[in-house]
Amino acid sequence: MSATPLLELRGIDKSFGPVQVLRDVAFSAFPGQVTALVGDNGAGKSTLVKCISGIYPTDAGEFLFNSRPVSIHNPRDAAALGIEVVYQDLALCDNLDIVQNMFLGREKRHGLVLDEPTMEQMAADTLAGLSVRTVKSLRQQVSSLSGGQRQTVAIAKAVLWNSKVVILDEPTAALGVAQTAQVLELVRRLADNGLAVVLISHNMNDVFAVSDRIAALYLGQMVAQVKTTDITHAQIVELITAGRSGALGLSAGNGSNDTGGEPAAAPGAAR
Amino acid sequence: MTSTALPDQESPATPAAVPTLTSHVRGYLSRVRGGDIGALPAVLGLIVLCTVFAIMRPSFLTAANFANLFTQGAAVTLIAMGLVFVLLLGEIDLSAGFASGVCAAVLANVVTVLGYPWYVAVLAAVLTGVLIGSMLGILVAKIGIPSFVVTLAGFLAFQGIVLLLMEEGRNISVRDPVLVAIANRNLPPALGWALAGLAVAGYAAVQAMRYRTRAARGLVTDPLTVVFARVVGLATVLGATVYLLNQERSFNVLINSLKGVPIVVPLIAVLLITGTFVLQRTSYGRHIYAVGGNKEAARRAGINVDRIRISVFVICSAMAAIGGIVAASRANSVDPNTGGSNVLLYAVGAAVIGGTSLFGGKGRVLDAVLGGAVVAVIDNGMGLMGYSSGVKYVVTGVVLLLAASVDALSRRRAAASGGR
Repeated sequence: MSATPLLELRGIDKSFGPVQVLRDVAFSAFPGQVTALVGDNGAGKSTLVKCISGIYPTDAGEFLFNSRPVSIHNPRDAAALGIEVVYQDLALCDNLDIVQNMFLGREKRHGLVLDEPTMEQMAADTLAGLSVRTVKSLRQQVSSLSGGQRQTVAIAKAVLWNSKVVILDEPTAALGVAQTAQVLELVRRLADNGLAVVLISHNMNDVFAVSDRIAALYLGQMVAQVKTTDITHAQIVELITAGRSGALGLSAGNGSNDTGGEPAAAPGAAR
Repeated sequence: MTSTALPDQESPATPAAVPTLTSHVRGYLSRVRGGDIGALPAVLGLIVLCTVFAIMRPSFLTAANFANLFTQGAAVTLIAMGLVFVLLLGEIDLSAGFASGVCAAVLANVVTVLGYPWYVAVLAAVLTGVLIGSMLGILVAKIGIPSFVVTLAGFLAFQGIVLLLMEEGRNISVRDPVLVAIANRNLPPALGWALAGLAVAGYAAVQAMRYRTRAARGLVTDPLTVVFARVVGLATVLGATVYLLNQERSFNVLINSLKGVPIVVPLIAVLLITGTFVLQRTSYGRHIYAVGGNKEAARRAGINVDRIRISVFVICSAMAAIGGIVAASRANSVDPNTGGSNVLLYAVGAAVIGGTSLFGGKGRVLDAVLGGAVVAVIDNGMGLMGYSSGVKYVVTGVVLLLAASVDALSRRRAAASGGR
């Protein structure tokens, strides 16, 4: 594998009271690649993302950004590093237009007055850079957009700020076939533009369609980080449901053992 | 004229179609069909009401009555303008009416009982409004009591405070000439024309600047015909208004001459322009819309939601204070019922009739002015036709209900056409 990871997590632990949700998790995201983060419900995907984006503090473990250790205590720290998360509910204001949503909370101003032309131009440039052709007018209210267009706006909002890592939480979950294809194409383009993209998805077709690497979580443990080309659909499903598949995954006999099954951390190409 | 070379017209985000007059009109019609009707019902209603009253009672159309409309509707309109800010967040302020009463009572006490000059009294009244608003806002935003309950409590308590300030029902007269002038005197006719001309010129300049900067950057501009139509439209409305108000309204010119634009009109105009500027052109205004549209999205965008929520209650109560000052000026006195009875409901009605949504996220300060005009016209016209106040209340109630159902239905329509 080519470069060093842009974002690397080592030994992340996270508990909510007595429940340990993440257990010694390692995770890397590389620039120019789509890393799919898969796992069953409750495997810890969302928790991991919230730790990365600074919403939850971690109990243990270290963050490396560009091989430099960093600490992320709140969402502002994450944003300062260039880490942006597009949540499943998108967090768009229906009553505002596309430009207003993309700049929400970080409006460009001339003194007291909003600088609308600059914002509109930056939004247009960003959408053009992502080759988005589905939006009729930048001054459309978001309420008039389709699900795929909303997702597009949310993603464009995330990349507007020279972000380096974009994490997408189930971007295609609510979309139809054509719109899913559009959004996946956009996800691919983000990576081709040099960003490190993390894609959370339940849909294996999506994962195999766009990802370069797959990271599988099983009951709070990272059971595999492998190249997409090195693994089959069936193996991934096994990793998600049982925590192991052949030589991959948890080493102990029973995948759900708590007794100290060190996660067979990523024998894949990432290491 | 629309074919000004737009350098990167074909860039995907700015579609190739340069808007023309027809496409602009068509776009507007499709927005209306999609449920984004804005102030259209208020404008149509105003035209229909005025036509009906003008036919039934010719005295409705006289210059004297026209001037009356403005002074009658001013206090309610001012309170409604403040309410728009609260309604934009999907909150409500039921106490705005009596808050204006409290502020008017403070004004009367300071100027008449304590004998301070008028500006001290005005300052005291507005500060009282700010204080009331911060209290309401903190209770809603920090403690988390629903605004309906907080302001209902305020409605009762402020009614009591007015009584206490009036020492159980006495009324206090306001004789200060400056304060009395606000709602009872007129601008000299020439000044009326000058201000109208200034307003049109200012509007034209803003529109032209916007057109130029957008065209220079290759952004989609409104067609020049539409820009012209807007300026000409404003000039026509303002010109006709000033012309009518500058007619002699006195029954006997020899005794006293009565002409010119009532002083409340420029007062409302200045506050309208300021409010519109704050809502449309500053990031604070943008954040109000954002919190009203999606509180969670606003929070995640780093907007201090609590601060926004407190601030709109402050604005609302401060505007109520100004409304109270105007009411005191018009009545030449303050009594325990100032800001009471139907004032609040008329104000909420005005905002909603004008097109401000009760669900939050949609509305303009202009809506309050248009809706206030509708309420004033109903009140005035039905009075001229000799209907009892019972009938007036029923009709106003029905109109408010109509406006609220138009709001609810247009929301449904917007949701249905939104392709969710």
